[in-house]
Amino acid sequence: MSKTVQKSRLSRSRTRSAWLFLAPMLLTLAIVAAWPLGRTIWFSFTDASLDLMGEARFVGFRNYLEYVAWGDGEGQYYGLLADARWWRSVWNTILFAVVSVSFETVFGLIIALVLNQQFRGRGLVRAAVLIPWAIPTIVSAKMWAWMLHDQFGIINDMLQTIGLIAEPIAWTASPDTAMVAVLMVDIWKTTPFMALLILAGLQMVPGDIYEAAKLDGVPPWRVFRKITLPLIMPAVLVAVVFRALDALRVFDIVYVLTPNTDATRTMSVFARENLFDYDKFAYGSAASTLLFLVIALITITFIMATRMDLEGKRS
Amino acid sequence: MKPPLWQSIGFYILVGVIVLQALFPFYYAILTSLEDGQALFEVNYLPRALNLANYQAMLSGGVFGKQILNSVFVATVVVILSLFLAVTAAYALSRIRFRGRGLLLLTVLSVSMFPQIAVLSGLFEVIRYFGLFNSLWSLVFSYMIFTLPFTVWVLTTFMRNLPIEIEEAAIMDGASSFTIIRRVFLPLMWPAMVTTGLLAFIHAWNEFLFALTFLSTDSQRTVPVAIALISGRSEFEIPWGNIMAASVIVTLPLVALVLVFQRKIVSGLTAGAVKG
Repeated sequence: MSKTVQKSRLSRSRTRSAWLFLAPMLLTLAIVAAWPLGRTIWFSFTDASLDLMGEARFVGFRNYLEYVAWGDGEGQYYGLLADARWWRSVWNTILFAVVSVSFETVFGLIIALVLNQQFRGRGLVRAAVLIPWAIPTIVSAKMWAWMLHDQFGIINDMLQTIGLIAEPIAWTASPDTAMVAVLMVDIWKTTPFMALLILAGLQMVPGDIYEAAKLDGVPPWRVFRKITLPLIMPAVLVAVVFRALDALRVFDIVYVLTPNTDATRTMSVFARENLFDYDKFAYGSAASTLLFLVIALITITFIMATRMDLEGKRS
Repeated sequence: MKPPLWQSIGFYILVGVIVLQALFPFYYAILTSLEDGQALFEVNYLPRALNLANYQAMLSGGVFGKQILNSVFVATVVVILSLFLAVTAAYALSRIRFRGRGLLLLTVLSVSMFPQIAVLSGLFEVIRYFGLFNSLWSLVFSYMIFTLPFTVWVLTTFMRNLPIEIEEAAIMDGASSFTIIRRVFLPLMWPAMVTTGLLAFIHAWNEFLFALTFLSTDSQRTVPVAIALISGRSEFEIPWGNIMAASVIVTLPLVALVLVFQRKIVSGLTAGAVKG
């Protein structure tokens, strides 16, 4: 009896100290994440401008969609949802996310399979593969901007030397190739991350499965299709979702490599331009809010679908 | 059962291609940074010159040196602060049973999915309110949004897997929770803290959007923004040699970190994702 009383007092005091320990972290996150997010959403329903944030007035959905009648029975829609530039940036973002993540998955899988083999110098190769990931995005964008330079770039030189192209290409400046350039840099930079996540999945596959397959004389391609791929699928899926969420908010590469072009403007770039360059603070906040909604939906679906193990019960 | 010769040759060619594509852009940046004047505009595949003029140009002005110090300051303080906040929080989340724990962890984790742009306008207001605009503290403060959730998550998983016995004796002796963290857990946590600290450092060092928005004068900027804003008088006078020299300078410390702490970084990167 007295033991349970003592125990519950102990556990109550431990619960109290738990909240005490959590308080600084939670307070910080509240100030840097929850509150700003709430304010962004609020601004999207106001007429806020960069200099007059405090005096913002509620204007309803005007930033998203508004029908202005001209009085003669005709009128026009205004707002984000009627803005062709916005829809172009939505399309750019989706295109960027789908293409970059697809290529990164395939290349990441190949690199992971190579790194999963035993060979001399594997540690060095793995370190080399990690380097693009460690290089700051801005620096990679600049390095590639120089390599892709229309007159003095080494990529044009290579392609001309092997005869693939006759004339130098203005990779970043031409609207036809700007997106290709952005994709190239992103795939180069982020494939290592993908490779490492898939490699971690590969290393959890027990080795005796391969031994058994080898003894039975199963050809390598079938081993990969029927054994390896199904077993690493969960790891690949997690990696794909992580990367997709990251790709949907892409900003740095586009902003630095191909500034100010409709061909590559993504949702994040669109939002920032309106917030700070065009002084359409409320309009930019509306764009930010929509991007947040898209990403939140995907995240929630993902968490529900995988029933993430948060209490640590399974481990 | 040795594989046939053509197979191992093919394998090593593949390895060669992987290494070459990973390293070539950085190699080419170094090569360019060592060229000056007209040499810059001739495409070379092998180093021809060893001219340090670009490095001198970048480092002698003084501003770039100050900008490097800014980056070092921000990244270091971010690491210390987020580790401190995360260790105590992780202890509560992993070792103490209380209601709402799972939901809390989910909330913290979901913050790491926030697009930075979604908080940008609200954060801009907060930073102006606290008078931190154009101060390095604005970055220290705002970077918590991506370092904290990750650090808390990894440290919580790490602490959860430590056996219960290690703190039982301390609890029986009536040690306070803070003492338990300091005396029992901290000595065991170094590997996980080095990993998360490294990743937080790299992330803070590379961040661009907040640094571009919350700082307005050259002497306050961090290096990614500084490099992005180097420009010539016209489109045709962009000082590529200087840009490449600056790029090499800010990347070398990271490459060194990767080479030295390769295993730790890999385990940290995968801990964030695979454990899900």
